[in-house]
Amino acid sequence: MYAFELEKPATVAEAVKALAQEDAQALGGGQTLIPSMKQRLAAPAVLVSLNGIKEMIGVRKDGGDLVIGGATPHAVVAKEAGAYPALAGLAGNIGDPAVRNRGTIGGSLANNDPSACYPSAVLASGATVVTNNRQIAADDFFEGLFTTALEPGEIITEVRFPIPQKASYQKFLQPASRFALTAVFVAKTGGGVRVAVTGASEDGVFRWADAEAALSANFAADAVSGLSVDPEGMIGDMHGTKAYRANLVKVLTGRAVSAA
Amino acid sequence: MTKVSMTVNGKAVSGEVEGRTLLATFLREGLGLTGTHVGCDTSQCGACVVHVNGQAIKSCTAFAADLDGAKVTTIEGMANPDGSLGTVQQAFQDHHGLQCGFCTPGMVMSAAALLAENPKPTEAEVRHHLEGNICRCTGYHNIVKAVLAASGQDVGQIAAE
Amino acid sequence: MPKDQGIGARSKRREDVRFLTGAGRYTDDINVPGQTYAAFVRSEVAHGKITKIDTSDAEKMPGVVKVFTAADFDGKGGVPCGWQIHDRQGNPMLEPKHPILAEGKVRYVGDAIACVVAETLEQARDAAEAVVVDIDELPAVMDMKAAVKGGALVHDELGSNLCYDWGFIEDNKAATDAAFETAHHVTTLELVNNRLIANPMEPRVALGHYNRAMDDYTLYTTSQNPHVIRLLMGAFVLSIPEHKLRVVAPDVGGGFGSKIFHYIEEAFVTHASRLINRPVKWTSTRSEAFLTDAHGRDHVTKIELALDKDGMFQALRTETYANMGAYLSTFAPSVPTYLHGTLMAGNYKTPHIYVNVKAVFTNTVPVDAYRGAGRPEATFQLERVIDKAAREMGIDPIELRRKNFVGADEFPYQTPVAVAYDTGNYQATMDVLEKIADLAGFEKRRADSAKKGLWRGLGVNCYIEACGIAPSNLVGQLGARAGLYESATVRVNATGGIVVMTGSHSHGQGHETAFPQVISEMIGIPESQVEIVHGDTANTPMGMGTYGSRSLAVGGSAMVKATNKIIAKAKKIAAHLLEASDGDIELKDGKFTVAGTDKSVDWGSVCLAAYVPHNYPLAELEPGLEETAFYDPSNFTYPSGAYACEVEVDPDTGKVTVCAFAAADDFGNVINPMIVEGQVHGGLAQGIGQALLEGAVYDENGQLLSGSYMDYAMPRADDVPFYTVDHSCCTPCTHNPLGVKGCGEAGAIGSPPAVVNAVIDALQRAGKTNVTHIDMPLSPSRVWAAIQG
Repeated sequence: MYAFELEKPATVAEAVKALAQEDAQALGGGQTLIPSMKQRLAAPAVLVSLNGIKEMIGVRKDGGDLVIGGATPHAVVAKEAGAYPALAGLAGNIGDPAVRNRGTIGGSLANNDPSACYPSAVLASGATVVTNNRQIAADDFFEGLFTTALEPGEIITEVRFPIPQKASYQKFLQPASRFALTAVFVAKTGGGVRVAVTGASEDGVFRWADAEAALSANFAADAVSGLSVDPEGMIGDMHGTKAYRANLVKVLTGRAVSAA
Repeated sequence: MTKVSMTVNGKAVSGEVEGRTLLATFLREGLGLTGTHVGCDTSQCGACVVHVNGQAIKSCTAFAADLDGAKVTTIEGMANPDGSLGTVQQAFQDHHGLQCGFCTPGMVMSAAALLAENPKPTEAEVRHHLEGNICRCTGYHNIVKAVLAASGQDVGQIAAE
Repeated sequence: MPKDQGIGARSKRREDVRFLTGAGRYTDDINVPGQTYAAFVRSEVAHGKITKIDTSDAEKMPGVVKVFTAADFDGKGGVPCGWQIHDRQGNPMLEPKHPILAEGKVRYVGDAIACVVAETLEQARDAAEAVVVDIDELPAVMDMKAAVKGGALVHDELGSNLCYDWGFIEDNKAATDAAFETAHHVTTLELVNNRLIANPMEPRVALGHYNRAMDDYTLYTTSQNPHVIRLLMGAFVLSIPEHKLRVVAPDVGGGFGSKIFHYIEEAFVTHASRLINRPVKWTSTRSEAFLTDAHGRDHVTKIELALDKDGMFQALRTETYANMGAYLSTFAPSVPTYLHGTLMAGNYKTPHIYVNVKAVFTNTVPVDAYRGAGRPEATFQLERVIDKAAREMGIDPIELRRKNFVGADEFPYQTPVAVAYDTGNYQATMDVLEKIADLAGFEKRRADSAKKGLWRGLGVNCYIEACGIAPSNLVGQLGARAGLYESATVRVNATGGIVVMTGSHSHGQGHETAFPQVISEMIGIPESQVEIVHGDTANTPMGMGTYGSRSLAVGGSAMVKATNKIIAKAKKIAAHLLEASDGDIELKDGKFTVAGTDKSVDWGSVCLAAYVPHNYPLAELEPGLEETAFYDPSNFTYPSGAYACEVEVDPDTGKVTVCAFAAADDFGNVINPMIVEGQVHGGLAQGIGQALLEGAVYDENGQLLSGSYMDYAMPRADDVPFYTVDHSCCTPCTHNPLGVKGCGEAGAIGSPPAVVNAVIDALQRAGKTNVTHIDMPLSPSRVWAAIQG
């Protein structure tokens, strides 16, 4: 690992200031960042830990929304997001217990790993990503592999999830990493159904429009049975071919609808 | 270098660390607590699990300087005050839940965290909870059995007793 | 009532106390004053010519003590290969030099080019990045079958990538081929035995310490056999005589074969310590371990089985390509040959067998023994082809096996592939399996699975292994460059306590607990009076270490031999004290008694007399009570078993779940059933891992794609079930004093075919009759693709 200075601000304002320094980078739970720093794939000069910012930690209800602070660990979401069970369930199955005690929602979203769990929940829920200076709609936030709408130095302070009528997250494990080989989040709201897929596409998390249309018309597992997913653009690797991931998208969507 | 202070196994400690000094490195090299092991560099194997403020974390994936002021418990802090094995430790010995011993500290720390949260877990819950701890020796049979036994459940019916 | 001491007791492991309290002492826990840290510069390409190494920037970096390149090892040897195979024409195998640091060429991703030694580990790593290496990349040799036909050479000076083309037994070939000509039915199967990475949880560590004042060296290393390392490194690499070199393998966090071998890092730290006159420590990261620990398996095989109309085996023929990787690791050539070809008879009477193995150099990490070593490869292909034959001929797979078993009354049984089995009872072992696996209840369980939309399958197989490695005169004829005896020194102290210094090494096997059980039984004293010392060449007799399920069969036998010498001498002392003839002295429960009388003297008094010889036959007997024995076995041992696996296949996703696994083993006599069960459990998980999860995957350029736990799937607690294991079928080994056979590798040898047979069974029963084989690992993606047809 390259040498760096670690700073630990107590407020968002201090963190924003610290991140304005040259080659500064934010540190959430570090469960992805620290391993990549060990491989010398990241070389920040200053690492700004967000773990001491109390205003960014916690889960609360705000009207019909569930609001999760950007530095809230997955384990806390799993325990305290009971108002949105599919989301709590998702958080309770990220990585493993020790990872869940450190990894944070903000860190996961800012990294936007194509196989991470949270992006699918944010996209399917139509959540809003709140940063230190603006609000970003889910549909505008994810911009492809490891790329988001965040500007340098911008911090995810909280994420606002509208609570759907019904929802389910179905994750098929990549057996080594315990990330999603493919996973599907289905959310049904008064305005229709949203289906977000992670782990499958070479472009990262995406919405499956055909399924959304079919399920908005008829929210039943067999509503997607006639659909097909184009294997082109799916990830193909040692854990699963493109065709296999395309199949999983469909199977898991059906299972999510049944479980919702 | 920055100064970091913690309470480790009930004892106040402090030391000078670099920003990049991992908690595992601080424990092993700074404090000589070599019971915490490092088995991988991708935060997967769990040999380095310790408790920080009551929660199990991977000490190879946290910076010591980020944990200034924390209460840390390592495997060296798990025995009874008289030096005899604690409940989880004793169950691991009674049920042959370890062989080479390298993953064992992390296993014990993860198991203890589970039982603190869920005092009577099912077999499936134990297996799920231990998904972040890799053991290459035991095939997990006797580890799962030991954790169930440590929770006070009868394991006599489990095969191969 | 079960015993609480001695042979057969479930004694709790004494070593657990230190491991459970964080008090174990592994190599990385050892630090020596003045210690420096090593970081290797490793090749990022699989194959290429080194055109430039510039260390000048690195040498100026903070904390750097010295940057080493191959020039610093001028005149030193390469790490040697310990086994020489001769090919079908009787010519010796091709044997390249394996230099400590690359000389002119790199041959796999991870090949060591240079090494920085610095004051701290991070400084060493920082400077390693500043070493400039220019490499002219060459085509990577990756495909074994293509590699032997021509193209790029891994070792230009050898002129070929074919290490050897081995026939076994060459004289069997004509008769085997003839039997195929006239066979009623021939079943053919082409398969891959997937490349694996041993992954003991403790990464390798080496700490070299040269003491200039004494002109001697100490190497602390994560090894299964410190004496072997001392011999190989001292005699063949660095020219250090044994009396100037001490090798210590303290607590070692698992090995599974990967810590048998002498690695370049051990020689590096030892020699570098002399050059800089400071201790040098190297600790492997897990990522580095993936690129530098010897890999295992990696065979591509075609197997053919000839049967008559009743299903009796007539002949067996195999052709295997075995990957050696870029260099010959310590025992690599023996794995696909004598540890594989000799086991092709399995548990069956097949009159004609011919095995052909082509060992091939590729631009990959060297491949060597991994738990089972050759025997899992033999078992997998044999038990898969039998299952396929059963299906083709419409015979129940268990029935087909039973028909062809070597009968219980046919031992000793001479196979057509050199080895002679001493004991076994395969029908009885299969009887036990049918009972413990509740095979009768399978149909009901299958119906229950079907209700959940899941396809259930049952796979059964047998295995035999040759372990307790091995008779020295035999392995010498077969090309081993070492003896394979084991040693023990039994030292009785004046007050009766015993220390056993063994050449075996425990890295999870529980020797510190099980070995005292044997002595306790022999003398009749509590186990707590016996302590085991191992792992340090300075205080143990020359021994060959622990692998091949040999510790108890060979090392335990040496200990029994030495203890028998102790008892014989103690009886003479007792006879003197009791004024009787030593022929009349009986030892029972720690007491020497004159037969037929009530005259006795206890163990402690005899020991005291040996060291305080006031009343002692000094004219005939030396004082003291300490004996050493070396034991060289007269044959291998032959553990065997029958395994059953039940799986559920999710037809929508191809996901395979192991619902139940039962193992019936015949290990001969058992010293500590608890430890034996644990050994089987661990082997089963590794075998299930091979079958369903694990695989080292390279791309066509020689980059290891499965280079961390993010992509190499290790079995976790929720990937496996509780196992049912049984070792009640017991035919003791006839040629070692304990009647033991060895249990360390059985689970890993016997389980992969059971899992694969079960998955194929599930698919066949579900109507997918065109699916006769899927290569391991049976990932969901592969199973799903097979279901799609």
